[in-house]
Amino acid sequence: MSSVLALNSLLDARRVWRGQVSFSPSAAQSTGHAGLDATLPGGGWPDSALSEILVAAAGIGELRLLWPTLARLTAAGERVVLVGPPHLPYPQAWLAAGVDLRQLVIVHAQERDALWAAEQCLRSGSCGAVLCWPQQADDRALRRLQVAAESGQTLAFAYRPLEEAINPSPAALRLALETRPAQIRVLKCRGGLAPARTIPAAGWQ
Amino acid sequence: MLWACILLPQLAMDGVLRHRSDADAPLALLGGSPQRRVLQAVNPAARALGLRPGQSLTAAQALTRTFATADYDVAAIERWQRFLAAWAYAFSAQVSLHYPRCLLLEVQSSLRLFGPWPHFEARLRAELTGLGFRHRITAAPTPAAARVLANAYDGLTIPDSALLHETLGRLPVERLGLPREVAAALTRMGLHSLSQLLALPRDSLARRFSADVLAHLDTLLGNRPLALDFYRPPDVFDARIELNFEVESHQALLFPLRRLTADLAAYLAGRDCGVQHFTLYLEHRNQTASRMPVGLLSAEREAAMLFELPRGRLEYLQLPAPVLAIRLEALELPAFTPEHRQLFDERPQQSLSWEQLRERLRTRLGDNAVQSLGARADHRPEHAWVEQPTELSLPPCGPRPGWLLAEPLSLRESSLRILAGPERIESGWWDGGDVRRDYYVVETRAGQRGWAFRKVGDGGPLLLHGWFA
Repeated sequence: MSSVLALNSLLDARRVWRGQVSFSPSAAQSTGHAGLDATLPGGGWPDSALSEILVAAAGIGELRLLWPTLARLTAAGERVVLVGPPHLPYPQAWLAAGVDLRQLVIVHAQERDALWAAEQCLRSGSCGAVLCWPQQADDRALRRLQVAAESGQTLAFAYRPLEEAINPSPAALRLALETRPAQIRVLKCRGGLAPARTIPAAGWQ
Repeated sequence: MLWACILLPQLAMDGVLRHRSDADAPLALLGGSPQRRVLQAVNPAARALGLRPGQSLTAAQALTRTFATADYDVAAIERWQRFLAAWAYAFSAQVSLHYPRCLLLEVQSSLRLFGPWPHFEARLRAELTGLGFRHRITAAPTPAAARVLANAYDGLTIPDSALLHETLGRLPVERLGLPREVAAALTRMGLHSLSQLLALPRDSLARRFSADVLAHLDTLLGNRPLALDFYRPPDVFDARIELNFEVESHQALLFPLRRLTADLAAYLAGRDCGVQHFTLYLEHRNQTASRMPVGLLSAEREAAMLFELPRGRLEYLQLPAPVLAIRLEALELPAFTPEHRQLFDERPQQSLSWEQLRERLRTRLGDNAVQSLGARADHRPEHAWVEQPTELSLPPCGPRPGWLLAEPLSLRESSLRILAGPERIESGWWDGGDVRRDYYVVETRAGQRGWAFRKVGDGGPLLLHGWFA
């Protein structure tokens, strides 16, 4: 009996996982896209961890992927910080997506300062989610972000170009957004094997 | 009510001696006109040499030359008295500077906090001695009686008015604080103590002396209240630390800076207010002081935070010359509203509040680095946003992209697919920002969706203005 309990606790901690994908719909950090939730092992974003979103180009739905999550967090009164966004967020579109702009903070920073700012925001634990756009982030910088997200129990999202897919990353979840065809490929997910099948655009847009 | 009177008999001398290392050397304070300097106060060593207050400087120098002199500075006395009032304000909410060279404290209401009066008095004495001021302390039910008793006694405590009548009754009339001629007249009448004076019929006293005399006696005995102006701490914080040597590195400035900000925090806590702007002055020799303004987004008063901010900025400051003194000035002290905290915080290890985080980011990245976003009811994309959060309901509009490009880019691509449009945006003729554009939703060959426009009546390429990300 005790061995069964131990195994369950190991499974719960996701240090050991079953071969087949088991999804729990009660995950706290749902992505807001049913198709994506069904594919991810935790049923949503990995909590208190860094998620990497590798984007082939701008304007292929990288914000639509996160908007439901941001809308849910801001509605709950959590603060969302954009560290060094590449462009200006268009308020009307963000409002239409349900994001409460009063909880949105934009931090203007470049390169190293942006990484520092993102790490500070994550570590402080006073934000619900931190989005950053590191351009020249190496393995060490990403690991720092991952550790900061863990210690601050904050959702971290890093947008990076798709070319980085070949480099290893300490992020708990790596998604690649592809355009032709428009789909999401899960490159890595902690707590399960990366599913081989891709999620077509209809599942999350 | 119990009033304590702290009489400072040597205030001017003590104030000067605080800054001198050789307190036991003979010292005389000089006043009077430059032509005729007069000794105003002398310390015990000078008194042993035969110097007395009231002697002229020439007479004193004829006696001995082995004494130092300093100016008898009335403004300095005033300053020391206010300094001591600020000190006493920590012990009582009612501190008055009604009498010169003397502090009046209402101590009855502070007894619970500072213990019974003998303990309290011992503490006051210990702190005053530590500060270097000689003093006499008496306590009585009325402030005027406490002051008069301090003339004759030290350490006397009168708890009730019956005992007060008895003690005051034994006091000679010269010590009652009456005008000198009144006291002389009373003595000539054969009245030597207050009890004799009080035994006289009241109306005869009123006939012989001016009304002030009876009023003064009534205030002494508590039959008539004494209107006191209470001390209020100043509304600005201004403190300065003179460094003992010339400082050229930032590191060496951190220690005095920490002391200044800790003083500021203690001061703010005492006044129950916060600070939003303060200025640090780094003073140099023969140069104007380097000025370093520190601004916060909201009123704060936490010592660690007040230290952290100027420290971060100090590191970026170029020092033009060695620093001799450092001064902190806070002119506006707005009310401080503490943030509401949950008893059970959802994130127990939350180490940094958002306000602290925001100030930390602003310190390193610049004042404008942290911004909010708000919508404006304007159709022109350039004017559709502001940097403050807004609360308004927006009119419905067509599809809008998630990203807006700061500068429109020309789209030189042959295989653009137009998905929707045109949507005409024509506005701003009234404020000079005239816009006449046709907006299209376009898709590039790579599958990117953009928001592009062409000016009305202009056949050029489409200009990309946003991404439907």
